[in-house]
Amino acid sequence: MNEPMIDVDVLVIGGGTAGPMAAVKAKEANPKLKVMLLEKANVKRSGAISMGMDGLNNAVIPGHATPEQYVKEITVANDGIVNQATVMAYAQESYSMIEQLDRWGVKFEKDETGDYAVKKVHHLGAYVLPMPEGHHMKKVLYRQLKKARVEVTNRFMATRLLTDANGEIAGACVLDTREGTFSVIRAKSVILCTGAAGRLGLPSSGYLFGTYENPTNAGDGYSLAYHAGAELSGIECFQINPLIKDYNGPACAYVTGPLGGYTANSKGERFIECDYWSGQMMLEFHRELEGGNGPVFLKLDHLAEETISTIETILHSNERPSRGRFHEGRGIDYRSGMVEMHISEIGLCSGHSASGVWVDEHAATTVPGLYAAGDLAFVPHNYMLGAFVYGKFAGESAAARASSREHVEIDPVQLAAERERVLGPLARTDGLPPAQVEFKLRRLVNDYLQPPKVTRKMEIGLTRFAEIREDLAQMSATSPHELMRAMEVHFILDCAEMAARASLYRTESRWGLYHYRVDFPEKNDADWFCHAQLKKGDDGEMTHFKRPIAPYLVPLDEEEKQAYNRLRIVKEAVAA
Amino acid sequence: MSHPMPMTQNRVSVPVTVNAEKCIADKGCTVCVESCPLDLLAIDMAKGTAYMRFDECWYCLPCEKDCPTQAITVDIPYLLR
Ligand SMILES: Cc1cc2nc3c(=O)[nH]c(=O)nc-3n(C[C@H](O)[C@H](O)[C@H](O)COP(=O)(O)OP(=O)(O)OC[C@H]3O[C@@H](n4cnc5c(N)ncnc54)[C@H](O)[C@@H]3O)c2cc1C
Ligand code: SF4
Ligand code: SF4
Repeated sequence: MNEPMIDVDVLVIGGGTAGPMAAVKAKEANPKLKVMLLEKANVKRSGAISMGMDGLNNAVIPGHATPEQYVKEITVANDGIVNQATVMAYAQESYSMIEQLDRWGVKFEKDETGDYAVKKVHHLGAYVLPMPEGHHMKKVLYRQLKKARVEVTNRFMATRLLTDANGEIAGACVLDTREGTFSVIRAKSVILCTGAAGRLGLPSSGYLFGTYENPTNAGDGYSLAYHAGAELSGIECFQINPLIKDYNGPACAYVTGPLGGYTANSKGERFIECDYWSGQMMLEFHRELEGGNGPVFLKLDHLAEETISTIETILHSNERPSRGRFHEGRGIDYRSGMVEMHISEIGLCSGHSASGVWVDEHAATTVPGLYAAGDLAFVPHNYMLGAFVYGKFAGESAAARASSREHVEIDPVQLAAERERVLGPLARTDGLPPAQVEFKLRRLVNDYLQPPKVTRKMEIGLTRFAEIREDLAQMSATSPHELMRAMEVHFILDCAEMAARASLYRTESRWGLYHYRVDFPEKNDADWFCHAQLKKGDDGEMTHFKRPIAPYLVPLDEEEKQAYNRLRIVKEAVAA
Repeated sequence: MSHPMPMTQNRVSVPVTVNAEKCIADKGCTVCVESCPLDLLAIDMAKGTAYMRFDECWYCLPCEKDCPTQAITVDIPYLLR
């Protein structure tokens, strides 16, 4: 059987945030190249920023912060485990990317003098740049895609990457999610921009799609990269966020913080000094939730009416605009009560935390011809601006490689196996519904992987995941849509297994709650001050190894290293 | 060896409501169907209106914002409300 095959020079997979930037920059680097942007949804409204964004979480703007300060901040916030070269490359490009976006029409908050109105939210420096009118992000990107003549292919999902005999990238297998047909795209370079693994844990509401992340992002890229033989790093450093309970969206301390809002306990008291999301912050949050002062709330009711309406205007029109109707349904008003918060289900995301596909400062993975940018690329705490900056690096690197190469033959064995895997569920007239398998899998992720992590539980989890793997071959799909969901369950299972194995490998605790192992409660720098890598071994099994931390470009002194370990507010002793 | 797997259908309330008076799907509009990042909406050809086909909603609102006739209302999914 022969499937349709098309050839492009650069294939960008995922058209959310990093993807459009990568495609535009690849085309700008060499306009002769055929650049295709492949998107599971529609690039006009896809990804984390489908409704825009409240602000930049990590802007490095001259006069407010230096790249060196930023590299220090992220190194400390990520407990030392960073490849500083990648963070530095981001920091140095941050400002010119802001200027580029500004020229493209993105509106950032400015003060009376026209300077960017940067706010302090992090523990040490000032990096938050609000975008109160940030709802038009996708329009701005779409205009650039058209202008650069990028070929956009919507409603297609990549299911596997193809490699040649040397292990170099050859292309991708893709599924038309509306027609249910399978085809092949040959490419000289491939860029993964498929976002976070956002459908890993099950939200406590039990609603499969009520996730923090845009649930189209099922961890596709983590699985795609893994099966292509790429190294992944820090998978044990989970993403866990402090969110509005049940709504499961950000409480937006970054918007409300600079205006006087804060995270409080049930007494309305502050208990953490800094609301910037880090594992250490989440551990304090967890302690407060579980302790006698829980639950935890977002507190705004002490603010002036004017301030509260400003906050409402931003939060209810941007990013997650249904927040307003959620509060309304519960009878919550920022003026008269606090908003209950909780801890999210686990995910994998380097945009917020630090788990991803290993990349160097040019966005290259360890597989020749494969690049990665955005939430799935291992550049800690990279957020939206990091997705744009690494999108640019990836586009330029991929274009350079594609300009000097020919297409390679596709291995018929790889192809046949993938065709069978993808089309299997449609061919099966009856079998397990993908949604049911997904529910069970993600419930098991909660039961066995949600921190605090317990060794024996994670081992049991692995046994249960292996049983689910048997179930995959029994799923059936009644429509192309359901087939897409079935393929996503494969990705989610790969991520779950990686999350468990990577967590077992690192026998210490680090990053606060993100990797808090009750049987190894201490940090152990002697053995574990290193990256923990994971890849598919030659025998097809998951293998683990250490990668030394490259010597720091920006050294830290002992005092600075401790900054994020002192987030809890220490009360003055009350005089008797 | 293959034997049929017994199945049933569960009823669920879905968060998206389409106002049939306002919806102009019968004139060829498919804007919401194209907007939805999760691909949950479809056109009912017989009725000439859009409807929510799958209960997999992120309550993100592109469908509602992009609809040219304000025919769509997105509720918070029942389990979260
Ligand atoms: C609710 C929320 C609030 C946030 N707030 C902020 C903020 O205020 N400031 C900030 O700086 N950052 C914020 N972030 C983080 C920021 O949005 C992300 O870091 C950034 O947008 C990630 O970009 P990305 O390109 O990696 O992923 P996305 O923009 O999510 O894009 C991934 C794309 O890949 C597509 N895709 C997935 N799998 C496949 C496949 N198999 N085949 C084809 N396509 C596929 C998806 O449909 C999607 O369009 C927030 C994130 C969320 C979820
Ligand atoms: S966008 Fe509005 S008018 Fe168009 S099909 Fe959808 S609901 Fe109907
Ligand atoms: S709210 Fe979002 S996920 Fe739900 S139907 Fe509308 S566009 Fe789709």
